[in-house]
Amino acid sequence: MLEPIHVSLASLNLATLAPMLIAIVGALTILVIDLVKGGLHKSLYVMVSLLFLLLDLGSLVDFAGVFLKNGTVLGFFDVMLMDGIAILAQIIIVVGSMLFIPLALTSKRFHEYNYPEYFALFLFMIAGFQFMVATDNLILIFIGLETASLALYTLIALHNRSKSFEAAVKYFTMGALAAGFFAFGSMIFYAISGSVEINQIATVLAEDHYSNIGYVLIGVTFMIAAIGFKISMVPFHTWTPDVYEGSSAALAGYMSIVPKIAGFVVAMRLFEFMVHSGVVWLQVILYIGVVVTMTASNIWALVQSDVKRMLAYSSISHAGFVMAAILIGTTQSNTGLFLYWALFSFTNLGAFTMLWVNRQKNLLPGQSSDHPYEKFSGMVKTMPMGAVMMGLFMLSLAGIPPFGLFWGKLYMIGSAVSAGYTGLALIMALNSAIAGYYYLKLIVFMFMKDPMVGYEKFYFMNASLSLKTIIGIAVVGTIFAVFAVNPLLKVITLFVYNSGY
Amino acid sequence: MIDHILTLLIFFPALAAMLGFVVTKDSMRAYGIAVAFIEFILSLWLWYAYDPMVSGMQFMESMPLIPAFGINYLLGVDGISLFIIILSTFFTLLGIGSLTETRHVKNLIITLLFLEMTMVGVFAALDAIVFYVFWELSLVPMLYIIGAWGGPLRIYASIKFFLYTFTGSLVMLVGMLFMAYFYYQATGQWSFSILEWYRLILPENFQLWLFAAFFIGFAIKVPMFPFHTWLPYAHGQAPTIGSVILAAILLKMGTYAFVRFSLPLFPDASVFFMFPIAIIAIIMIIYTAMVAYAQEDIKQVVAYSSVSHMGVIILGTFALNVEGVSGSVFLMLAHGVVSGALFLLVGVIYDRRHTKLMSEFGGLASVMPRYATIFGIMMMASVGLPLTINFVGEFLSLLGFYKQSHMLTLTAGVAIIVGAIYMLSAYKKAFFGTVTNEENRNLKDVNKTELFGLIPLVIVAIWLGVYPKPVLGPINNSVESIIQLMHDKAQSPEAKERIPNLSESKKIISMKEAN
Repeated sequence: MLEPIHVSLASLNLATLAPMLIAIVGALTILVIDLVKGGLHKSLYVMVSLLFLLLDLGSLVDFAGVFLKNGTVLGFFDVMLMDGIAILAQIIIVVGSMLFIPLALTSKRFHEYNYPEYFALFLFMIAGFQFMVATDNLILIFIGLETASLALYTLIALHNRSKSFEAAVKYFTMGALAAGFFAFGSMIFYAISGSVEINQIATVLAEDHYSNIGYVLIGVTFMIAAIGFKISMVPFHTWTPDVYEGSSAALAGYMSIVPKIAGFVVAMRLFEFMVHSGVVWLQVILYIGVVVTMTASNIWALVQSDVKRMLAYSSISHAGFVMAAILIGTTQSNTGLFLYWALFSFTNLGAFTMLWVNRQKNLLPGQSSDHPYEKFSGMVKTMPMGAVMMGLFMLSLAGIPPFGLFWGKLYMIGSAVSAGYTGLALIMALNSAIAGYYYLKLIVFMFMKDPMVGYEKFYFMNASLSLKTIIGIAVVGTIFAVFAVNPLLKVITLFVYNSGY
Repeated sequence: MIDHILTLLIFFPALAAMLGFVVTKDSMRAYGIAVAFIEFILSLWLWYAYDPMVSGMQFMESMPLIPAFGINYLLGVDGISLFIIILSTFFTLLGIGSLTETRHVKNLIITLLFLEMTMVGVFAALDAIVFYVFWELSLVPMLYIIGAWGGPLRIYASIKFFLYTFTGSLVMLVGMLFMAYFYYQATGQWSFSILEWYRLILPENFQLWLFAAFFIGFAIKVPMFPFHTWLPYAHGQAPTIGSVILAAILLKMGTYAFVRFSLPLFPDASVFFMFPIAIIAIIMIIYTAMVAYAQEDIKQVVAYSSVSHMGVIILGTFALNVEGVSGSVFLMLAHGVVSGALFLLVGVIYDRRHTKLMSEFGGLASVMPRYATIFGIMMMASVGLPLTINFVGEFLSLLGFYKQSHMLTLTAGVAIIVGAIYMLSAYKKAFFGTVTNEENRNLKDVNKTELFGLIPLVIVAIWLGVYPKPVLGPINNSVESIIQLMHDKAQSPEAKERIPNLSESKKIISMKEAN
């Protein structure tokens, strides 16, 4: 007969679940509100989501304080792991979401925002991402990943255009494949180490000196494929441009930031100990993956004729750039990853929001996509402020100082230099130069060409006060990033270092 | 206020540019001139307050920016940067004052004021990252000026300009990060301060690589052969004001950076690369002079001649002694004044005829006597006639390099003389003979607006040609300290020998005086 297991409630440390639970409770609240009284305006749901996200952020800040005082907090049978990088990643996720959700308040009506479920799904998705980063248990990572992904597929499809359905189905199919890979990878790791906890796996592997290296490599291959899908590493990126094109610009911007940071954190937990213990094959594969992701996607982006697709390829390239941090694997590089992503989220969300504000309901005559370059030609003459802001985001993405992303790039390349990856540092720098061309192309269209007749009214047709506020926040965050870098660096270094990365 | 004059000089135009959005279109020119004038006066005040006897940095300002990564807002001027800053404010004033462009003049002036901020910033920065920020930022206004007000191929030209320099400077950025990392290894602290880097003595092997990384960034900016291909396009397509600022100031960033970074940071590498670079410089002088001779477009002639003279500046810089480096710094100013003026002059005739082909002109001297006179003076200055500003710089640069190599200096000297041929022949084609083209018969001579830009340049070109001392003195002082630093830091025996030891010679002089 089994011994009864005695579990004290205190040892469960249920507080570690609080941030995710807040998001889940928020989602349920929205569903309940809809049950009680249907047909309410989207502004209510936006504000409710925002409030719950604020609570979520509050609890995370609270955890940050606890972390600084007592170090890593474990909870719920040691499945939950609230260490520095988990807290940082969750803060980026929640702040990114808080910047995203007001974008629903467009002045035009869109199909998806009529459903309260949209907002509920959105909050479920955030909870999923939070689970994904706040654990080193492969099963919980998997659950978080799937929760978030399934919600995300639905959000894409709700945009209700044939291209959105295509995007959702494509993403779903690819995502299912990635989920399969993840399950296989976890299985192999479980088989060789008898555990699904990453730190256990690391200990077991180190203890027998990687004698099962063959199996480890097979497991790693599956894992790289699975995570590669999520963060759109080449050659697992094929879904990205189509999915971004099919979903609304706001959601595309969101997808380029939040799911990826979750992916990075998982990659960091899973790969870094192996890079450090000298699994050369993994180093080589990561090196090749990083370089190819950066370079190839930059070259693809050069030939795009649609701004949104260009930004999709550009975000793949940025993801490749940041993946270099995991290859380098020093505290400095991991700090650089979070710094880069924090700065990137402002700039990139700003850029996608600029597309979102001039999204028209139907394709214009003579256009084959929503945001061709031609649509922006001569924008400086019709919408000077809009053109300047869009130009600013492009310059920041290209890494022109003193705008936001430059500091991220500087720190990332600096970390490559100090870890001895000279070649990688040069490749990273030169890739920024290649990328300069396609960002510049939009600037050329906006500032140097003559405006197309009859397009003026489309530039800001979707703008509302809340959208403009978000753009304003993004602009301020991009221009004055230089003053935020030092405090950010200090905090991030402290968190990353104390989590042992 | 004098303590923060550099910050003021940098950000005053930027602030004014932002306020400029409010000013109405018709008053914009007056506003621009007023701002540029105040800025110019401020820069003159800087000169007035500058102590010429001190060779080190003055008006230093420091503020932590990203201390966790060793980045500080660090400013200061010495004799080398002081005059280039004044040149920048001077040319912005003249450029705005003699502006004949009428399309979107408000945007243009705002852009020019932002450009002024970046130019002053580059020359005042003493922190590598702050330097890099302004260096990169200067590309953006120039991109806009070429791309929005340029000729038919303007977009191609502006993108080529941007990407070329952007690529080069990213390699330079990696070099800077390496320097900061070496500093971190040596002292345990990150630092991007140039003055702190000066104290770092690197193994020669590292010096060579870092020199190469910085060299790519600077050489593209100068532009040195074979990286010069962006420049003729940029000049050919840019509006007059764009060419003037590009030739007079932006190109100087490259040569200035050689003096500020490459020489004192990597003395051994500088000696190692001295002859290869000198040969490139001489190729640059001869080759671009030949190309200039073959041009039919008068603006291209001026553009290639400008590249050709940049070769002399490089040659002087890599003489690695006081005469050569001082001469090259002086020649930077001279080149700015002369080629800036020549581009203004080309702009004058372009505004009247909307063509720059020399075959369209001929006999202009009889139609536009004042124009022909000013062009003549500037052309003479450009070929280095004694008692004009270029002569002083070219002479000193060649004198400096003569101490390193007689043969190469002779070649360069001959090349400069040959270079006079194309300028003279271009002048002959355009100005002498009879008026063959009927359209040229009724051209108006230069008007007041244009004279506003040209007369001061003529005055400066002759004044500093006759009496260069007020400028050359402080330059010499600061260059001496750089050369001494290089000598002290140099490790290889060849470098020790090539770079003169000034303290020793000074000691000898003082001993002689004591006797």
